[in-house]
Amino acid sequence: MSRLLVCPPEFFGIEYEINPWMRLTNRVDHGRAVRQWHELMRVFEQDLGVVLERMTPIPGLPDLVFTANAGIVVGRTAVVSRFRYPERQREEAHFENWFRKHGYEVMTGEAGIHFEGAGDLLGFPEYWFGGYRQRSDIRVFPILSEHFHREIIPLELVDSRFYHLDTCFCPLSGGELLYFPAAFDSYGQTAIAERVPDKLRLTVPEDEALKFACNAVCVGKHVVLPAGCPTTQAWLRIRGYETHPVQLDEFMRSGGSAKCLTLALD
Amino acid sequence: MSHYQESVYLQGHIIDSLVLAKVLDLILMMGGTFDLEDVHIGKTRAEPSHARIRIRTASRMLLDDILRKIQPHGASIEREADCRTDRAPADGVLPDDFYATTHLPTQIRLNGRWLDVDRIEMDLAITVNEAGSVAQAVPMGEVRQGDQIVVGREGVRVIPLQRPQERDVFGFMESQVSAERPHGHIIADIAARMRQLKERRSQRQTDSHVLLSGGPAIIHAGGREALTWLIEQGFIHILFCGNALAAHDMEADLFGTSLGYGLTAGRAVPHGHEHHLRTINRIRSIGSIEAAVTSGVIKQGVMAACIRQGVPMVISGTIRDDGPLPGVITDSIQAQRAMRALIPDIGLALLVASTLHSVATGNLLPATVPTVCVDVNPSVPTKLADRGSFQAVGLVMDAASFLSELARLLGRST
Repeated sequence: MSRLLVCPPEFFGIEYEINPWMRLTNRVDHGRAVRQWHELMRVFEQDLGVVLERMTPIPGLPDLVFTANAGIVVGRTAVVSRFRYPERQREEAHFENWFRKHGYEVMTGEAGIHFEGAGDLLGFPEYWFGGYRQRSDIRVFPILSEHFHREIIPLELVDSRFYHLDTCFCPLSGGELLYFPAAFDSYGQTAIAERVPDKLRLTVPEDEALKFACNAVCVGKHVVLPAGCPTTQAWLRIRGYETHPVQLDEFMRSGGSAKCLTLALD
Repeated sequence: MSHYQESVYLQGHIIDSLVLAKVLDLILMMGGTFDLEDVHIGKTRAEPSHARIRIRTASRMLLDDILRKIQPHGASIEREADCRTDRAPADGVLPDDFYATTHLPTQIRLNGRWLDVDRIEMDLAITVNEAGSVAQAVPMGEVRQGDQIVVGREGVRVIPLQRPQERDVFGFMESQVSAERPHGHIIADIAARMRQLKERRSQRQTDSHVLLSGGPAIIHAGGREALTWLIEQGFIHILFCGNALAAHDMEADLFGTSLGYGLTAGRAVPHGHEHHLRTINRIRSIGSIEAAVTSGVIKQGVMAACIRQGVPMVISGTIRDDGPLPGVITDSIQAQRAMRALIPDIGLALLVASTLHSVATGNLLPATVPTVCVDVNPSVPTKLADRGSFQAVGLVMDAASFLSELARLLGRST
């Protein structure tokens, strides 16, 4: 059974600008955001049978809702993020506390080496991919690779709209991959193509990539993704996945969607 | 020296991700060059790879730009240590573990800064002045008690030769010894270099001197006129030779023979074997080669041309020498020192028809000096290369033919 860490959006809003999506002038409809988040949770719990662990939201930390950036969890070890921007660095202690309280062995990275958790590290069971340049520092990957005995292929993110790897890259349980190639440089595109065969790769069309079609959560043969991505959904269905579109446009104002709002714990 | 360099280290899954390829491409695209050192490729998928990359650029600014550009891809600058020094325990004795030089451009790191080693030469040590501002290659015998000598290998780096821009025979800078290759284009390239160097020397530019280190076969084989012409025309600026070349050159002037053979008749003349002894004796009675030339006793030839042109000569003695002529340096360490003093500013070295002098001169030359070794015996250029002078271009041919062809290409009418 899957477990996901989430954080209710009580204090969610736009209080600073640290990615091209965030505009202080672009006000979040708070009531609507809360309704969208609860609908997403309903899908996870009721439709997919996922167990949700809810963190306590903290006033003044509007992005704590994006738990994908808490860190990464491998078995009983949690590697806590080291955020690039001071605005989010204040979240680190809260995520660390949560992991400690819940019995995880906590690993903290070296100061000065930024790492933004599952936002920038995801992959298949045998090997992972690490997004770098926008938020995470490439130097973190050899350290994690050595610790977890896992190959980590670094991929440079070259488009600031896709500032985390999970905004443009989504590995699926059957070995397939949703991705938006233009978010990577040619070296990254080649490295991806050499690992994931053509027929298993879906190049998400630009309009759907900009709706964060790749910011999807795959649980077994179910994929929860933002609403408004018909091409992505059709391809997923052909590949045998059941799709669960959820309207999450209030969170897109902050540059996040389904995947950003969750952290896989198991 | 126009080389700036820094070593960076890259690790992780840098092969399949093409991160290594990207970093190397960046270096080249920005105008730097690199050497890959110590590359380890992980044997399994989980095992990481690592590479040490030495980046070279023509300017400090470009090096800094490249380092800034590649650091986000994980390239970390290697922490380099200063070199270590130790005091020489006695005159002429180096500390144990002294650093032995190559003849390649070398730098040492002192107080965090890289310093060029002056007068680099193979098989020497490196001495550093008290202020730590000057480093120089030093022969064992020249060391004085208490001198600061570089020990160990840390903080010392050797810079491989850059391929010269000229696309001539020296562009390869590697020994190619074969009697079965055409010589024409090699001699033409040498002539072109000599013309350039003559021009540069007239403008008082550095590294513009042409050295000829030669053996007596030049005289025996009939290369004397051509060599004399080359000196008179200002194409050769330094001469290294032994007692024999000088003696037979002047023998030819006084008796028309070389080791008793009539140079024009081409056969032994009666009592000809005495001629070189009589020549040496005559010069000894005059007191010096210079006096013999200025007094008009010696009128023509290599010695006369050198004296008249003010070409410095180092005439080094050997065990079997007759006489020797006045001015021959019989202490081989003194001779080495005199030769060494003339090495800076050499832009081309021609080592012709002498095993001993070719190898001795080759050992004194930095690898950056274009060098040609001419001998009828292929073992001479081979021996030179085996002794480390890999930059020498070997030419297997007779000295007289070489010099005549060279002089012809430089405008001598035949």
